[in-house]
Amino acid sequence: MNVTSSNHNIRKAKSFAMNGLCILCAVLVILPLGLILFYLIQKGASSLNWAFFTGLPKSAGVPGGGMGNAIVGTLELLALASGIGVPIGVLGGVYLSEYGGERMNTWIRFWADVLNGVPSIVWGMVAYALVVLPMKGFSAWAGALALAFIMIPLVLRTTEEVLALVPRSYREAALALGLPQWKTIVRIILPTARRGIITGILLAMGRVAGETAPLLFTALGNDYWNKNLSKPIAALPLEIFNYSISPYDDWNRQAWAGALVLVAMTFCLSLSVRLFSTGRFQKNT
Amino acid sequence: MNLTMTPEETKTAPRGQADHAGTAAPRPQSKPNAAATSSPAAPALSVKNLSVFFGKHQVLKSVSLNIDARAVTAIIGPSGCGKSTFLRSLNRMHELVPTSRVEGDIRLFGEDIYSKSVEPVIVRRRVGMVFQKSNPFPTMSIGENVVVGLRLNGVRNRTVLAEQTEKSLRMAALWDEVKDRLNAPAISLSGGQQQRLCIARALAVQPEVLLMDEPASALDPLATSKIEDLIRELRKDYTIVIVTHNMQQAARASDYTAFFYMGDLVEFGPTAQIFTSPKQKRTEDYVTGRFG
Repeated sequence: MNVTSSNHNIRKAKSFAMNGLCILCAVLVILPLGLILFYLIQKGASSLNWAFFTGLPKSAGVPGGGMGNAIVGTLELLALASGIGVPIGVLGGVYLSEYGGERMNTWIRFWADVLNGVPSIVWGMVAYALVVLPMKGFSAWAGALALAFIMIPLVLRTTEEVLALVPRSYREAALALGLPQWKTIVRIILPTARRGIITGILLAMGRVAGETAPLLFTALGNDYWNKNLSKPIAALPLEIFNYSISPYDDWNRQAWAGALVLVAMTFCLSLSVRLFSTGRFQKNT
Repeated sequence: MNLTMTPEETKTAPRGQADHAGTAAPRPQSKPNAAATSSPAAPALSVKNLSVFFGKHQVLKSVSLNIDARAVTAIIGPSGCGKSTFLRSLNRMHELVPTSRVEGDIRLFGEDIYSKSVEPVIVRRRVGMVFQKSNPFPTMSIGENVVVGLRLNGVRNRTVLAEQTEKSLRMAALWDEVKDRLNAPAISLSGGQQQRLCIARALAVQPEVLLMDEPASALDPLATSKIEDLIRELRKDYTIVIVTHNMQQAARASDYTAFFYMGDLVEFGPTAQIFTSPKQKRTEDYVTGRFG
């Protein structure tokens, strides 16, 4: 065989073309994100000021006003939803990966995947039936529960998948030292999988942070500061929704600014937790 | 009563020098034949009619043998002959496979380790294990890896932990190489060092028996010879059972050798006898390299 056969040039050209295609696709994936960010900054940045972060919304026609209550409300809802959803999701994932029998696991996995596909507004209805009706009123609790429902299957599946990636040899090593299984899981397996689990939790939080539908008839929204979790609470997505469908230009501008803040919040959330979650000996990827 | 006392005594008795001065000196050849019941000292492990099943598949077929205390017993045989299963049944590690089932009787210094009242966790604390592939915990430093077994079993005293770190690393012949960087990540060590770290980790919980599943098969010749030196050193204080694919290793490092084939224990005796004048034709064929 000739080393410099004519095939060589054809193969080179093919390789070049395929490489180009891959790069193009990668760019196409990133491009919408860049465009969205650009557009949001263009439309929303001008309405951002100190009052936007600290103030309450003003009535229609009055310029200015802020979304401080909605920003705090979203953070509260996220914290409550995580407080409910993360323990259930993580513990469920641990059960699936470390304890459960094959048949049972197949069923739980199947149902978790089905739940993952349930439209978020349905979760809002579930929370409405479970909390709003018995408590006779919209509340932060109801909103948080609806968001937690969405988080649980997400966190459960990622936790399980990440734990399955921890090599069996670590479990064997720990058990061979005479450690009980629960200590092996809590002190050896979970720390090894820590970063993956945290990433899964973050993704779930990021997903629910922007959910509007499940909050419509649970958290409802509130024009003032929420002082009682059993009362309606404001949330950024709700505020954005209400403001963007309103006929007032002022409010539309506020909605753009709110969307920018929401995107920035999820971005900061994932960035900061990622930095803090770096394992001592594990590189950050 | 006596039987249940024995392990306690071995645990509290000073290990090393005076205790077994008589048995440490002679080489394997001069040791009494322990194949039968003629061994004068009580065996560390006595295995009777052990059969192990995974599902419907029988991996071990009624194996009986006695493993002497403070000696190295090598398990040899071709792949799939049940060596590893035998080793794992000695500290109940095979139970990690849900379909496994055991028949027969294994006694650790007289105590039935499969008795209903015995927890596998306790058995594994007394019968430690080193695996084929080194597996130090990646989230921990070198020092933390050594004493993780003690720490997670409730030892909090820093002085005790520090002492045990040094002692275990010295026994594993690793102390001089790592004493200045105990806080470095364990995975920064070389393959051979990682394996010695795993040995130190297993020794730190002060087991009575140490099981080794092909501990040097993934290592280069130099690291392998270090592990073998270590095994010869450790036999002064520990009962060691080692599974190996390497015939020379069995010949060099062990006092007794058991040859397994297709789930049967074919022959068991002093290593010198197995390698120079085996009684069974199959053993001879295997150790001379005619098959396997």
